[in-house]
Amino acid sequence: MEVAFVLEKLILVVIVFVITLVVAMYSTLAERKVAGFMQDRYGPDRAGVFGLLQPLCDGGKFFFKEEIIPAGAHKPLFILGPVIAIITACISSAVIPWGQELEIGGRVISLQVASGINIGVLYIFGVIALGVYGIMLGGWASNNKFSLMGAIRAASQSISYEIAMGLSLISLLMVTGTLQLEDIVAQQSGFVNWYIWVQPLGFLIFMTCAFAECNRVPFDLPECETELVGGYHTEYSSMKLGLYMFSEYINMFVSSALMAALYFGGYNFPFMYELGLSQNWITIIGTLVFFLKIFGFIFFFMWIRWTLPRFRYDQLMNLGWKILIPLAIANIVLTGIITLIKDTYFQ
Amino acid sequence: MSVFYFMAFLSIFFALMTIFSKNPVNSVLYLVLTFFTFTIHYILLNAQFLAVVNFIVYMGAIMVLFLFVLMLLNLNKDTEPMKSHFVKFMGAIAGMCLLATMLGAFHVIESNNEYVTGNTDVGLVKNLGKVLFNEFLLPFELSSILLLTAMVGAILLAKKETKKVNG
Repeated sequence: MEVAFVLEKLILVVIVFVITLVVAMYSTLAERKVAGFMQDRYGPDRAGVFGLLQPLCDGGKFFFKEEIIPAGAHKPLFILGPVIAIITACISSAVIPWGQELEIGGRVISLQVASGINIGVLYIFGVIALGVYGIMLGGWASNNKFSLMGAIRAASQSISYEIAMGLSLISLLMVTGTLQLEDIVAQQSGFVNWYIWVQPLGFLIFMTCAFAECNRVPFDLPECETELVGGYHTEYSSMKLGLYMFSEYINMFVSSALMAALYFGGYNFPFMYELGLSQNWITIIGTLVFFLKIFGFIFFFMWIRWTLPRFRYDQLMNLGWKILIPLAIANIVLTGIITLIKDTYFQ
Repeated sequence: MSVFYFMAFLSIFFALMTIFSKNPVNSVLYLVLTFFTFTIHYILLNAQFLAVVNFIVYMGAIMVLFLFVLMLLNLNKDTEPMKSHFVKFMGAIAGMCLLATMLGAFHVIESNNEYVTGNTDVGLVKNLGKVLFNEFLLPFELSSILLLTAMVGAILLAKKETKKVNG
């Protein structure tokens, strides 16, 4: 392994990390602005122009608030909870291809941190599955009944929706024939090849499950403040609470990126090869387009949050097990049949 | 090789901690760490697919369910059920039986089998899928039937319980 390669990856990791944090930070502002827009009010506008400094103030506030660890709490796990939540949120973006290759001074640099991994999609899936430990441990270690309820809800919700999510991904993988994210994105060049046209049902199921995995409204039962005070983070204060909220926004960012990459062509945009641009320009514009798609999805997350009411718990379970999973299985069978017909009669 | 020895040490250490922790939640967490070291072992063997499946299924699903049940039961030190010596004894015998079976299985495998030696790419998704769906199709299908049976059984048990609650 040469030094330049390690250095290049290190720089990329730092850039991705910083972008993730900045996007998460400004998602909090965007969320409140969107809420303000939906409810016909301004939202935060005092700190800086258009309230642009608001996230910094909030971050500073989190650092300087008093930190309380309840007397009855299981101390190591109480601290470990938010740590796991933020770490799993941050490492999940490692396999997402942010763009094509850049060519700088004869060196070809791929804009993906862990390129060439055989199991890209499954890696993200695994890390998401791990994310629930942060919520569960934090909720249990708080030694509070509301927190425990939140933790238990988080666990059962995440497991139930992971199944439907996995099944909806299987039908996509049957079409792509590969688990490598960079290949999946590369297959969708242009506009007509986007997998949303091939797998609309799969995308709907995947998106619903992504909402549930991020604990976003209408699936935010783990923190459901009307029933559970604050849910799993009732006992948390200061930056520990901040880390939980941050990890939620990072998860939202990563799942938006994943949806854009899997179903909406990632960095591909219409007429990308017809305009006669050089490779570097295609890469740069592609990356910008990718982020535009991601922001679109993040806006969609917020739009849903301020539009739909929360599900009741039994409704959530019914939706997951009795509607989404059978639909996902039907989608797999349908995809299989169509693929078979296509391969036998139209080749 | 040194990475392997370090990871093997960690696996055994966490496995022992699983048995010796008093708090059941700590015990489950050590078990999670044990499975994590297994994942690293798979990666060291270049079995990426097995690694990630182990990661998703064991760490991401089964252990979460373990924790879920423990949290629901809320076992504390004073409410921890003491197992009788008979159960412990039977457990030890069952463990030994498993060990003997494993040793026997390793003994029988010819060391020149291509899946044991040489072909290190067999753990990648494509190769694994081809092997599973061609040469080992029957055992694969049989194990899936076993899983289906277990699933139906679990649903049956759960159904019975709700009837009792309602009626």
